[in-house]
Parts: sequence; C-alpha cells; structure tokens
Amino acid sequence: MAGSGTPCASCKLLRRRCTPECVFAPYFPAEDARRFATVHRVFGASNVSRMLQEVAPAHRADAVSSLVYEASARVRDPVYGCVAAISSLQQQVSQLQMQLALAHAEILICVQQPQQHGHPPAAAALQEQQQQHVLQNAHHLQDSMWT
Amino acid sequence: MVRGYIRPKIRPNPAKISRDLDDDMMQQQQHDDDGEYGGGGGRDDEDALHLGAGRCAACRYLRRRCTHDCVLAPFFPASRPHRYACVHRVFGASNVARLLESLPMAERSEAANTMAREAYWRVQDPVYGVTGIISRLQDEIRAVQLELARTQAQITIVAGSGSGVTQRAPPPQQPPPPPPLPTPQLARAGGHPTLAVRRQEQDEELTPTPPPPDPTDEFLNLDKI
Repeated sequence: MAGSGTPCASCKLLRRRCTPECVFAPYFPAEDARRFATVHRVFGASNVSRMLQEVAPAHRADAVSSLVYEASARVRDPVYGCVAAISSLQQQVSQLQMQLALAHAEILICVQQPQQHGHPPAAAALQEQQQQHVLQNAHHLQDSMWT
Repeated sequence: MVRGYIRPKIRPNPAKISRDLDDDMMQQQQHDDDGEYGGGGGRDDEDALHLGAGRCAACRYLRRRCTHDCVLAPFFPASRPHRYACVHRVFGASNVARLLESLPMAERSEAANTMAREAYWRVQDPVYGVTGIISRLQDEIRAVQLELARTQAQITIVAGSGSGVTQRAPPPQQPPPPPPLPTPQLARAGGHPTLAVRRQEQDEELTPTPPPPDPTDEFLNLDKI
C-alpha cells in the first residue's frame, strides 16, 4: 500500500483493498493510473502478478518497465506491437553492415592503388583481382539486403 | 475495429526477422509438430469420443469444446500446442481473443504471429522479454556505427595522404534515413532504475540515452499513449 494508505493504481483499478503485501504497489503508484491500465489491458492483472512473482525482487522493477513498454507498443500497434521495432532495428543493422563492407572495400582500394605503379605487372594484376573480389562481395551483400 | 488504429508506415514482415532470433522458436515448433510437447495421442481419443475431433490448441489447452466460430482456431492449430501455451501464459486466453476480435480479419494472422513471438521471448526472458532483444540490437547498431565512423576516418586519412590519382570506388548508394530508435519510457521518476541490458546491468552501467525520436514519425513515438 502506497504512502499514506491510498491504494496503488492496480488496486484502485481493480477496486480492491490494497494490502501491504500488494505485489503491484511498489511499481504502480496511484499517481500514474494509465501505466497499470495499459499493462492490465494487454496482459491482465493475474498474468502480471504471476510474472512478477516468478522474477527475483531485484529484477521486478525492470520486468515491470519492460512489460509497460511492450503493452504500450501493443496498444499503439495491435498488429505488430514490439515486433515492428525489432524489424526496423534489424533493417538498420543490415544497412550499416552493408555500408561498413563498402567502406572496407573502398579503403582497400585507396591503400593499394598508389602502390601499383611500383610493382611488376603480375603483382599489379593480382592486386586488381583482389580488389575486384572485395568489391563483388560488397555489392553481393548490398544486393542480398534488398531482395 | 480498433479506434484510432494507425497503419504503420513500415510494414515489417515477421517472416524476415533474423533467423538467429527465431532458431529456438523454430526448434520448439518442430518439437510441437513431432508431438513432443502437449497434445499426445490420448487427447486425440478424448477429442473423438467426447468433445469432437479437431480441437484447436487453445480449446485443447482450455479443455473446452472448439466451436466452428472459435476465434483462436485459425491461428493456433492443434499441431503447435507450445505456441499457444506461451501466448496463454503471457497474455491470457481472453486478452488474446479480445485483441484478435478487435482487428480486421486480414490482420489477425499477423497479430497472432507477433503475439506468439513476444510471448515466446517473454517466456525465454521473464525480466526483459522482447525489450532485451531491442537493447541488443541497439547495442549492435552503436557498435557498427562506431566501426563505420572509424573506417570512414581511415579512408579520409588514406585518401588524403595517397599520391597521384586514386581510382576511388563509386560512392555507396545512400539508403533512406533509418527510422528513429524506440525510446523506452521505462524509468519512473520515483527512482526505479532505467531498463538496462542484462549484461550492462551486470557491469552496473545504464543504457545510454537513445537519440530523440523523429517528431514526424509518430509510429515509433510511444509518448502519445
């Protein structure tokens, strides 16, 4: 039970007496009723209570935070929820990895190009083959990202 | 219909989610198909004798008759009991049914799939659930961005110090700017710790503040809820 005996947000929403042992009270104060309402709407009070009790007390605050985040995402996007964010982040990772591969190819060219003037023709041809191979790998990676 | 439902600008395809994230789930589904989890031959006999053959995973789990208009049946077949078990454990049967009923028929399959994934990740990680994956992806993005910045700095140095005409590779095609990272509103003003990645928590470090969301992209702005 929070502070001066006022019920926590969960007990207020559920219209029940908030006891000192209330599992929700430390994480859903009465000042922010919307937070518990969101979680209750998506997961249900009984499920949240069970999930909190299955988690060590030291981690319950983080668990509540993540549940609120997931519930908020699901309320905002009932179809995809948090999965939309994951997909977006994965796209970013793929794009950045593609840029990194191209940057590596470019730096390899920049390093080896000035050295070709002082090398015999055979070595220059080998270096050019290596550069083309790196560029092909980079572009294949670029193409695969967009298919 | 959900009032105020906004179709996202980016339509993610859950099927293209990284295989690494779904390996465990695929293995579980394979186990379900092989009949290792739940169901069992005994229940099939019970279905045939008393409750009718062909109950969906939800009705089988709830031990009730599966009617022809069961809202969960199309998305939770009896061949995948573990999938529904996770959803039931995290969301609950009534919440799942209510959510699916509030959506157009065309969207229900996607919604069921995403709920199953979120439930699975929550079962795997009871503390962080899917937000742990988001944190790991954000970390990966930061690492790759750092590496990219270092490489581009090296290119600048090498190109500037190179002699003669250097035949530069064509500039990489600029991809569209990535959407802003989700900003988890996880901390409470009352002093509860902000959400940290589990390994960061072990190092007793807080997750760095992500970049501010793009105000033009309300899809990822969770502050409006």
